[in-house]
Amino acid sequence: MATTIHEPPAVNAIHAPELGAGKGAWPRNPSEGNLRMLADHSSGASRTGIWVGLAAISMTFAAFTSALVVRQGSALDWRHFALPSVLYFNTVILLASSMTLEVSRRRVAAFARGFDSRRAIPLGWLYVTLAMGLIFVAGQFAAWMQLKAQGLYLATNPSSSFFYVLTAMHALHLLGGLGGLVLVISRLSKQIPTLRRSTMDTASYYWHFMDVLWLYLLLLLWLKF
Amino acid sequence: MHDMHVPAVHHHAPPQGFIRKHVFSLDHKVIGEQYYGLALLAVLIGMVLSWIMRLHLGWPTLSIPGLQLLSKNGAPGGIPTPEYYLQLMTMHGTFMVFFVLTTAPFAGFGNYFLPIQVGAEDMPFPHFNMMSFWVTFVAFVVALAAFFVPDGPPLSGWTGYAPLSALGAVAGPGQGLGQVLWAASLAIFCVGQLLGSLNFISTTLDMRCKGMSMMRLPLTVWAWFITSAMGLTAFAVLMPACILLILDHVAGTSFFVASNLVVNDQLQPHSGGSTLLWQHLFWFFGHPEVYVAIVPGMGVVSHVLITNMRRPMLSHRVLIYSMAALAFLSYMVYGHHMFVSGMNPFSSIVFSFPTLAITIPSTIIVLIWIGSLYGAKLRINSASLFALGFISLFVSGGVSGFFLAQPSLDILLHATYFVVGHFHFTMAIAAIFGIFAGTYFWFSKVTGRMMNETLGKIHFWFTFVGAYSIFMPFHYLGIAGNVRRYQAFVDDYLQPLLGVHKFITVAALVTGAAQLIFLYNLIYSRFRGPKAPQNPWEATSLEWTIPSPPPFDNFGGKLPVVYHDPYQYGIEASSGDYVMQDSPEQVQTVHDEK
Repeated sequence: MATTIHEPPAVNAIHAPELGAGKGAWPRNPSEGNLRMLADHSSGASRTGIWVGLAAISMTFAAFTSALVVRQGSALDWRHFALPSVLYFNTVILLASSMTLEVSRRRVAAFARGFDSRRAIPLGWLYVTLAMGLIFVAGQFAAWMQLKAQGLYLATNPSSSFFYVLTAMHALHLLGGLGGLVLVISRLSKQIPTLRRSTMDTASYYWHFMDVLWLYLLLLLWLKF
Repeated sequence: MHDMHVPAVHHHAPPQGFIRKHVFSLDHKVIGEQYYGLALLAVLIGMVLSWIMRLHLGWPTLSIPGLQLLSKNGAPGGIPTPEYYLQLMTMHGTFMVFFVLTTAPFAGFGNYFLPIQVGAEDMPFPHFNMMSFWVTFVAFVVALAAFFVPDGPPLSGWTGYAPLSALGAVAGPGQGLGQVLWAASLAIFCVGQLLGSLNFISTTLDMRCKGMSMMRLPLTVWAWFITSAMGLTAFAVLMPACILLILDHVAGTSFFVASNLVVNDQLQPHSGGSTLLWQHLFWFFGHPEVYVAIVPGMGVVSHVLITNMRRPMLSHRVLIYSMAALAFLSYMVYGHHMFVSGMNPFSSIVFSFPTLAITIPSTIIVLIWIGSLYGAKLRINSASLFALGFISLFVSGGVSGFFLAQPSLDILLHATYFVVGHFHFTMAIAAIFGIFAGTYFWFSKVTGRMMNETLGKIHFWFTFVGAYSIFMPFHYLGIAGNVRRYQAFVDDYLQPLLGVHKFITVAALVTGAAQLIFLYNLIYSRFRGPKAPQNPWEATSLEWTIPSPPPFDNFGGKLPVVYHDPYQYGIEASSGDYVMQDSPEQVQTVHDEK
């Protein structure tokens, strides 16, 4: 007969609230109205959540990619065309927006740790990022207009179909990122900020992923069109 | 003795108003009940549709009362047209696969019990969780709406094969707006499931209480966790497929429709599309979906059996690894659904090999169940009976899978009732037995009242015998060459088989009627059942350490601390032959894997 004594895990009653934090329970008011006192109890779940979400988005675009490859090979009707030049401008804007967001994220971290008391600086960078995101979406719209001017519509050719589908799906996901930025800005702008570090980090990861995804799509479009 | 708890506070306050409490609730338990309720509604609709189909197959000239009210053109005089039969078949499959088999065992039970079993107060993203249910509900309404558009629901089957599904109204009744609604419903459904999976994975990885290591998670949690991973990748592929299908309909694209296709004497304005592309995308989702339906049942059955055997499984770890292997292999076998699509025979072999290989983890799981049952003094109750029934049905359905895994046999059997029998045994009725086992087991925890055991056992025997009476003859029909998806069997060679169809129809009606016993038991016991003790089954996992029904924050503001593996039965402890996971009592175990 095997004998095993299950030793109880050590529980330090003084630090008991922290043991629960992030492991099943969240504080009712995490910041107590003060961002600097904000202990980020949700970072583990948030980090897992965003990676899981990004994995799902990756699978979706992998499915679109495989559909594109199969469809291109299934018939001889694939028409090559030059990508609208505005896409390259949009790419630069999107990459730049990631940089401004990263600056903002680090400023928020410094603010939260008490190293920097100026909330306006990260807020300013966030507004710049938001504006760049909107410019990117407008730029994608301009790309569609350029294609339309060439007589390439959604149903004109499988290549144009995939162009519209891929760019529209990316833009839809990016709008989600813009929503995240608006949330971050609104929480940071409050008289008593309620922004969690994890919310800022999660929004940033998502936004950076939109960059990477766009670079991938641009490469795919460049190779296939 | 349970005093080593960790203080905690809930991350969202208890709701006060009716709407927040019962409708747009953030509480994982309410959301779990909402999913279960939705599944119950969907299964009733799906069952009625199957009754109509069975009645028509047994007696093709029978006028079914009231059917003409559902569709004047589809069922003139109450007799379904061939097209309407297919429309009913499509919606039966759609409701059952998506809104019952995916919804109840995974989203229903999982939402309710996963956070409690890991020792958490809720899921980490309660707003996403609420959205998950309501998005699913919208998907259900959109699917249901297909019955009420002029041409009715689509007739292309729950698999929606192109080009039939991509052509539009020219392809037949329901192939216009009905098909678009169907595809939109599935795309919306995928969003709901992705939000749910995200929560399940985050809860399992990040919300476990102190002492709850991964190997201390109950098998139910492992099953839901593995299912989440499968759902995450599978539904993420179905959604783009549905978007492309909708575009073929409404935007005139040519993703799935080939060139020069003439339908009903009309040349179709599409070119170059790949009809096989839909099948690839669909079955890449579709085969993991089989395991999305069945793996939660495996978790529930294991949990229920262990509690009633009063001893753990032969190997906790191997059972977990086998469920994970099932999930992994499920992505490699999807091509076996396409053996008759004209694929290269070498490709068939490539898909056949992993299909046969997937029987290895399945067999290991079954052997662990049977080996663990051997010599055990099983407590016979409704839950354990349905758990045993699950094993029986899963094995019966699995055996026919050996035949279908081989391309040479599948080519003969694919279009016959053999396949219908196979998949109904494995993913459909076995999974439903898992739902019943879970319901009888956890009802007292959810409601605070006990279900009637006598009625439960009567319900089991009717359902168990009924399931075999319905689905086992399907295999015989298939071997005899009875084609599927036909609305009436008028060919000479099929005439001798009509008697079997009549038998199946009667069995389906009786078995379906027997579900009223369950429904009565469920509703009556909810309000009038005897009060349940906190732990009526003398179980060990965390849901049985809290009152029934659980309070809003699950653990009364104090998170549990876990000291034991999940299934410490057959020991000598102060509470009896078991020790609960959160008990700090030191015990000597006889079934410890460490």
